[in-house]
Amino acid sequence: MAAVMPAPAASRHLMSGNEAVARAVWEAGVKVAAAYPGTPSTEMLEVISTYPDVYAEWSVNEKVSLEVAIGAAYAGSRAFCCMKHVGMNVASDALMTLTLTGVVGGLVIAIADDVGLSSSQNEQDSRYWGRFAHVPVFEPADSQEAYEMTLAAFELSEQFQVPVILRMTTRINHVKSLVTVGERLVRVGPGFKKDPARYVMVPGNAGKRIPLMFKRDGELRAVAEQSPLNVIESGSDRRIGFIASGPAYMHVKEAFPNAPVLKLGFSWPVPFEKCRELAALVDQVVVVEEVEPLVETELKAQGMTVLGKDILPLQGELAPAVIKPIIARLLGENVPDSASTAVAAQIFPRPPTMCVACPHLGVYYTLSQVRNLNISGDIGCYTLGAGHPWQAMDTCVSMGASMGIALGMDKGRGEADKDKRIVAVIGDSTFLHMGMQGLLDMVYNKANVTVLLLDNRAVGMTGGQDNPGNGRDIYGEEAPRIDFVKLVEALGVKKERVHKVNPYELPVLFKTIRDEVKVPDVSVIITDQPCVLIKDYHKLKPYEVLDDKCTGCGNCLDVGCPAIHVTRRGKAVKASGREVDLAFVRIESSVCTGCGLCVQPCAPDAIQHYVPVSPIKLVKSGEVVA
Amino acid sequence: MSATSNILVVGIGGQGVMTATEILAEAAIALGHDAKKTEVAGMAQRGGVVSSHLRFGPRVLSPQIAPGEADVLLAFEAAEGLRWRHMLRPGKIALVNDSRFVPPVVELGLFDYPDDPVGQMKAGGTHVVAFDATTIALDLGDIRLGNTVMLGAIADHLPFPADSLLACVLKRFEKKGARMVELNQKAFAAGRAAVGG
Repeated sequence: MAAVMPAPAASRHLMSGNEAVARAVWEAGVKVAAAYPGTPSTEMLEVISTYPDVYAEWSVNEKVSLEVAIGAAYAGSRAFCCMKHVGMNVASDALMTLTLTGVVGGLVIAIADDVGLSSSQNEQDSRYWGRFAHVPVFEPADSQEAYEMTLAAFELSEQFQVPVILRMTTRINHVKSLVTVGERLVRVGPGFKKDPARYVMVPGNAGKRIPLMFKRDGELRAVAEQSPLNVIESGSDRRIGFIASGPAYMHVKEAFPNAPVLKLGFSWPVPFEKCRELAALVDQVVVVEEVEPLVETELKAQGMTVLGKDILPLQGELAPAVIKPIIARLLGENVPDSASTAVAAQIFPRPPTMCVACPHLGVYYTLSQVRNLNISGDIGCYTLGAGHPWQAMDTCVSMGASMGIALGMDKGRGEADKDKRIVAVIGDSTFLHMGMQGLLDMVYNKANVTVLLLDNRAVGMTGGQDNPGNGRDIYGEEAPRIDFVKLVEALGVKKERVHKVNPYELPVLFKTIRDEVKVPDVSVIITDQPCVLIKDYHKLKPYEVLDDKCTGCGNCLDVGCPAIHVTRRGKAVKASGREVDLAFVRIESSVCTGCGLCVQPCAPDAIQHYVPVSPIKLVKSGEVVA
Repeated sequence: MSATSNILVVGIGGQGVMTATEILAEAAIALGHDAKKTEVAGMAQRGGVVSSHLRFGPRVLSPQIAPGEADVLLAFEAAEGLRWRHMLRPGKIALVNDSRFVPPVVELGLFDYPDDPVGQMKAGGTHVVAFDATTIALDLGDIRLGNTVMLGAIADHLPFPADSLLACVLKRFEKKGARMVELNQKAFAAGRAAVGG
């Protein structure tokens, strides 16, 4: 993204939590910001890359992004990295030792928890990293707070030489609300000062840093007790007092405007005295937190009597409509009726689909036509291949897992699977993120697996970000482009087992897959056509269905392209006496981009290039006749 | 109407639901309101369901609209209007673009698309005004004007003047030239007219 003129100080803007954090990162004088894309965190780095005077990068994975930030912070500069919740699992190896060395320049790690799993494989509560790694956690409740807490987090980070976690959730990252912005701080870092006892974490050095970490815990707790981010708002209805953080605070205030609330903005280490102060004001304390009972468990361990997940849901987002009836029951009151009188209509679902002309359509159509496969999948747009009509992906666990899981399926196959062919499907970015090691492991351990490496030259699912596979950096500028053929060969895959295939050429793709799965070795089939949503993609002439030629066979529907629509259904009796369903189709030519995938399985040649109904003819220069 | 106004805008990924809601938010802010806008948009880019919540008033806390508390429902697609009708406050209006986007799961015969989503909403007691924003936009010469037609449709169902919203819509097109401004002005007016505004 190209740099833009930042908005002037003291101006007010409608900003998402991600945009607010990005602004604060810039204002805080951060020198280095790194991330791997992941919903709902992606926009933070995207927006940072539009600000001047800050180095931003897409790293190959979250661990590398944190390590880049650590290096910058060791060098005395302020540094930032961000990731979705599962990204922290990857980065945690670095975090757990970073907490011992600490930082010089402020380091803030924003972790976006996808509460409610809008686009994730699980739900996690990243506040536990604060407890696990002994680092402080801030929890904003809206965009203004995300902005302010980011700035405060850099200050705290430098004061205690500790990385600070900014725990966000989808309802912070993606909610837009008003933010008043400020000035940029010009900050000059001291540079790297060699100090092996601090930075070289061998046992002898690390052991001496551990007591310092515990000492810091106590100091941070004292700061949390006094922090303006942790405030008690007294209320007139003292029957229940709430302890809440993040979006849960807003829900509590909305649902119970008269109840006392301890709002936790600096939630780890938990300020126990502040919690006791609230408890002294009220009859009962309810801790309202998304997702896990972290604060609640800590308070119970302190001997406090509080309620929390005993009555509130452990999964998903909270909302006033969720909390209100639970609290009413607790108070022995009538559960308020929902304001809604209409029931939710039970209609068809609208699951996410692959795009019109997506190159993955060719891959999954083909996989669905090959029998006897167990398909180990991965994380990206192509995870949708598990759905209809292809149902051609059997597992999805974590980034890069398709490799190791395929190997394990091969080595662990039972009698029932002895003739099954094992296939792994992984995208370019996921492969570079965490798949390469798995492929190396397969080669080394002599697996019998066929890998489909779907190179669409983008991190597709998160919006087409650049990566080392497409030759562009975060600014859209030219960068070294990895050659996937050379890369997989360097990882030990035999030259004759590596194939590059155009996924729109179905017969070639089919033959290549069918041949390779029969070879008891590691094969890699690389598809090489770009994501249809990025600039490398070029549209072709659209198609249409000739109604009088369509026989209703429905073969084209098996491709799964959302541009194909059924016009009418019917039944036919085959020569064998078997009755088959017919589906006559049309192509929405206004969205078709002419990939030609549906043309190939069409038996009667009913799909032809689209001819507009009233062709415009140029009669002579400048004169147009319809 | 309570101190906080709740506008629910629904449709499918790629229709411009989120942009429309953002323009509504800008209009509310320009008039001095606090505002929060949030989406339930699984994988919005991929043709999934998108529901965008806008709440504005003196101070907005929770960003989500509770079922039965939307003051207006603006649906970019017929079945999506039906899907979200329970969010509407009893007696309040649903403005529905009566065009259909049939998803692959229906084309594959796994589910049925309702025969008459708008009729079903009416039969369920919802006050619906249906119109064909897609055709209106095409008649004006560009399907992309549909978004502005939709904003025109809601313009007389907000607690602030329609012109305030129009000003925010046109601001978006200022840089694209006088012709785009004029076309969007027409689309906005056509949307207002289509729902009898």
